[in-house]
Amino acid sequence: MPSLGADMDRGKILEWRKRPGDEIARGEIVVLVDTDKAEIEVESFVAGVLESILVAVGETVPVGTPIARIRTAERAARAGPPARTELPAGPEPATRAAEPAKPPPPLAPTAPRPRPSPGRPHATPLARRVAEELGVDLGGVSGTGPDGAITREDVQAAAAKGRATPSGPVAPAGAPPARDRAATMRSAIAAAMERSNREIPHYFLETRISLGPALAWLATLNAARPIAERVLPAALFVKAVAVAARAVPELNGFWRDGAFVPADTVHVGLIVSLRQGGLLAPALRDTAEKTVPQLMSELRDVVARARAGKLRSSEVSGATISLTNLGDQGAERVFGVIMPPQVGLVGFGRVREEPLASGGLLGVGPVVDATLTGDHRASDGHVGGRFLAALARALAAPEHL
Amino acid sequence: MTRDALYAEILAALSEIAPEADVASLRGDLPLRDQLDLDSMDFLNFLVAVHQRTAVEIPESDYGRLATLDALVAYVGARAAKDRAQE
Repeated sequence: MPSLGADMDRGKILEWRKRPGDEIARGEIVVLVDTDKAEIEVESFVAGVLESILVAVGETVPVGTPIARIRTAERAARAGPPARTELPAGPEPATRAAEPAKPPPPLAPTAPRPRPSPGRPHATPLARRVAEELGVDLGGVSGTGPDGAITREDVQAAAAKGRATPSGPVAPAGAPPARDRAATMRSAIAAAMERSNREIPHYFLETRISLGPALAWLATLNAARPIAERVLPAALFVKAVAVAARAVPELNGFWRDGAFVPADTVHVGLIVSLRQGGLLAPALRDTAEKTVPQLMSELRDVVARARAGKLRSSEVSGATISLTNLGDQGAERVFGVIMPPQVGLVGFGRVREEPLASGGLLGVGPVVDATLTGDHRASDGHVGGRFLAALARALAAPEHL
Repeated sequence: MTRDALYAEILAALSEIAPEADVASLRGDLPLRDQLDLDSMDFLNFLVAVHQRTAVEIPESDYGRLATLDALVAYVGARAAKDRAQE
């Protein structure tokens, strides 16, 4: 079960789009997963043949649980034993299903399998599920499985002896939460924001950016375009953030295992508010490489699908920096909360007319207040200041965006 | 198209953008975006839907005059009549 956003800890299989034996191309949609926030189409990150499905429709499993096996194409082409990759390992430790009769499958060829994180006990998915059902805290159970993994028997023994501490009320595994989407959305956001504010020492910077040149450039662009292809300032902001993130790479990436890991490309995550309440944060891939009109059409598409609750796995994960844009009806400025494991969040308030001093004269023109929230573990205010300066430069010369 | 028919067409376009809203209860004389909490993306999609249903071109420079439903209906009606006169 891949991690489809920082706020997801489990997912429910809604529909398998592929059957065992089917060929799968890289990027092809394999399975539809329900997170607490939306239905996500999960794409394969490898090409190959679907060998087996490990989790049935209707079942809910924690992030990191293998849900299918794919025999990869390049290994199958050779004469050697078939390589298997578990779909998809995701950033969480991929605990292996207990299958004593089989030799351990080779590791995923695309990425090294992450070691179990210290905060999470090493346990089989079945053991986790049984532990949830029995209210057993895995932290108090010693494992007897391979590599010291906690097995179902260990959990049952612990529950029988009554020495495991109850872990409080948990949602029954395999059953859909009784609450509606709005409530699960709220609790997913609550969990992510709690984690962010608990773990990340935020710092906040703000700068006012004159939008005269940018809006004039947009007006000229739009005058020549049919209504369905017109570009909103939001697309310009997305591009400007990507350009600034490329110029100041210290804010583009992730905080992982106590260190900053820069990303090698920029995927701007866009915080989208939903009409029915709540937020989603789809990423626009390779944002810095795309033109402003191209980004506008992706923006319209992704916002429409986010609001319909239909996003793809490559969109809901992988953002390297996020952008929140309150639009032209919102407040004048916004100081956001970082989406872990990212280290920066850019906020744009409402575009409005303000008095502006320039060249010793006072005029009136459109401005926007741009803010940066930074993770102080990964960068300092000086870096943040350089980022906002790069953002202002980008918006002052929109023809270069 | 009569004004009532045009009004109904525009409400139908609005329902595409805000399916959860009771568009029949909207006030025609008050700012539309405040009543429905439409952001700039919603508003653009709404005008695209109006264009698709009425074939009337709405230049971006006129957006500011289209704050209420009444103003929008009057604007689209006048543009449609002008287009017909030119044919």
